[in-house]
Amino acid sequence: MLQIQDLSVAYGRRPIIHQLSAGPLMPGRVVSLLGPNGSGKSTLLKAMAGLLKASHGQVMLDGQDLTRLTFERRAQHVVYLPQSLPAAVHLRVFESVMVAARASDLDPQAQAVDPQRILEVLGRLGIEHLAMHYLDQLSGGQKQLVGLAQALIRKPRLLLLDEPLSALDLNYQCHVMDLLTQETRDHGLTTLIVLHDLNIALQRSDEALLIRAGELAGHGRPDEVITAESLAQVYEVSARVETCSRGLAHILIDGLCAPAS
Amino acid sequence: MESSLTPAAPALVHYRHMLRRRWLLVGALMAVILLSILADFMLGPAGLGWAELSHALFHPAQADPTTRVIVWDIRLPYALMAVAVGLALGLAGAEMQTILNNPLASPFTLGISSAAAFGASLAIVLGLSLPGVPQSWSIAANAFVFALVSALLLDAVARWGSMSTAGLVLFGIALVFSFNAAVSLVQFVASAEALQGLVFWTMGSLARSSWPKVGIMLLAFAILLPLSLRDTWKLTALRLGEDRAASFGIDVPRLRLTALVRISLLAALAVSFVGTIGFIGLIAPHIARRLFGEDHRFYLPGSALVGGTILSLASIASKNIVPGIIIPVGIVTSLVGVPFFLAVVLRRQMR
Repeated sequence: MLQIQDLSVAYGRRPIIHQLSAGPLMPGRVVSLLGPNGSGKSTLLKAMAGLLKASHGQVMLDGQDLTRLTFERRAQHVVYLPQSLPAAVHLRVFESVMVAARASDLDPQAQAVDPQRILEVLGRLGIEHLAMHYLDQLSGGQKQLVGLAQALIRKPRLLLLDEPLSALDLNYQCHVMDLLTQETRDHGLTTLIVLHDLNIALQRSDEALLIRAGELAGHGRPDEVITAESLAQVYEVSARVETCSRGLAHILIDGLCAPAS
Repeated sequence: MESSLTPAAPALVHYRHMLRRRWLLVGALMAVILLSILADFMLGPAGLGWAELSHALFHPAQADPTTRVIVWDIRLPYALMAVAVGLALGLAGAEMQTILNNPLASPFTLGISSAAAFGASLAIVLGLSLPGVPQSWSIAANAFVFALVSALLLDAVARWGSMSTAGLVLFGIALVFSFNAAVSLVQFVASAEALQGLVFWTMGSLARSSWPKVGIMLLAFAILLPLSLRDTWKLTALRLGEDRAASFGIDVPRLRLTALVRISLLAALAVSFVGTIGFIGLIAPHIARRLFGEDHRFYLPGSALVGGTILSLASIASKNIVPGIIIPVGIVTSLVGVPFFLAVVLRRQMR
């Protein structure tokens, strides 16, 4: 169970996240993190992973305050995945996943990571056949799956993904979301994922967190959080949530809100 | 082994094959270095025959005194210095390209060697040295201090300026120009006697090699390589991106700082013993990356070995291009290095 309490994060003197509290977020659920550009989504994820230092507040994971753990200890519970892998890396997929498992020297069992386990994780993601390919030969979608394998091999309890779908075509968007949901359910992960596509958030996530200017603007079931009112308030767009065939909710954006007169 | 029972085996078999091939490559590079040292003896002015050479090497007490002096006091330290400096620069270049995430990085191209040269020239010409440093170490100590300062400067610019690859290279070239101008200034005020030594040394030459210098260079490499190897997984992870590496629990700033200290030590020692020999630290990592990939367990020692091979071969070339004259080896490496540098730049432009 994840609970964010009174979290504040600043870049220098500029506050980005201001006393944000959210939760509880339950394991086994995919939570989408929504909000306009610059609202602090990435900052929130990085602060939870320890890449940025929180000036105030706690991130409680199963009763343990992550912000009080050392960098290395925290990395045993949390994995943060940035948007994409860098372009020209002459490493094989298999090696790049092995590196993820062996990167920190705290975990004694990581020192002898079983190659079989790497293949098993690759197999779960359906990319076992790419094991001996070089990263710089892969497509964007394949790279994203390899990135996911690097996260999963570390067996995190909290998985934080920063816009994992943004560079992917439709097929891979579905594929990655399917796999994320599957892994989250199977391994009881708490998965927090920054999404820009509100329809994907609406249809594919179990919960949604909406933030605006570093503060929580909504938390709950996606269809409760993503409404015409909240979109007008947070994104300043006028939108309709329509029910399509098969009862699926769908968002239609009509344009910018008329300026308040 | 349970792994042989599962259908997943092909990838693992492939992986083990690859590891074996890499070890073979490491062995092959070592063999090439040995052969190149031998060739160094046998080619060039006053080349020795195999019989004469092996006799002088393995039974020095019974050998002809002149041959013994040539082999043990002149040729051997010279040949070994080429290898030792090549190993050091190859390792330093590989670590630098990873730390700065820049394929054009090397101690020479980004000004660390020039900074070390300036520090050393202060000691040679003006006799300036740090307080508490014994006279015999003042050149190396000065070189190290200036190398480290310039390395930290590069790192700061790369990180806080969030500078592009090209931007960082331009900044490095600005460092090269600045320190070269500073060295020229020191030359300008130098006495004729000191000047002669200095000019020879700014070209990069193995001619002043001696056993103590070879010993120190190899010792430094032998101490620093294991320290680099202790960080291999972290350095490889850094190739996956800084944030990703940090999220795997790696203290990236500390990793960078320790690597920069190692790079500065290697570059400074190399510069203070043989002057600025360029492009080894640039070329070796590229060749090592092609041969070994970027698994730093192999990439780092591989780049060192490639560096040793290149400089050893360059040293042979320097004795044989113009009959009867030994060209400073730095000139040879630049002749090879400049086209290579341009090729790397152009290939990046194409992408």
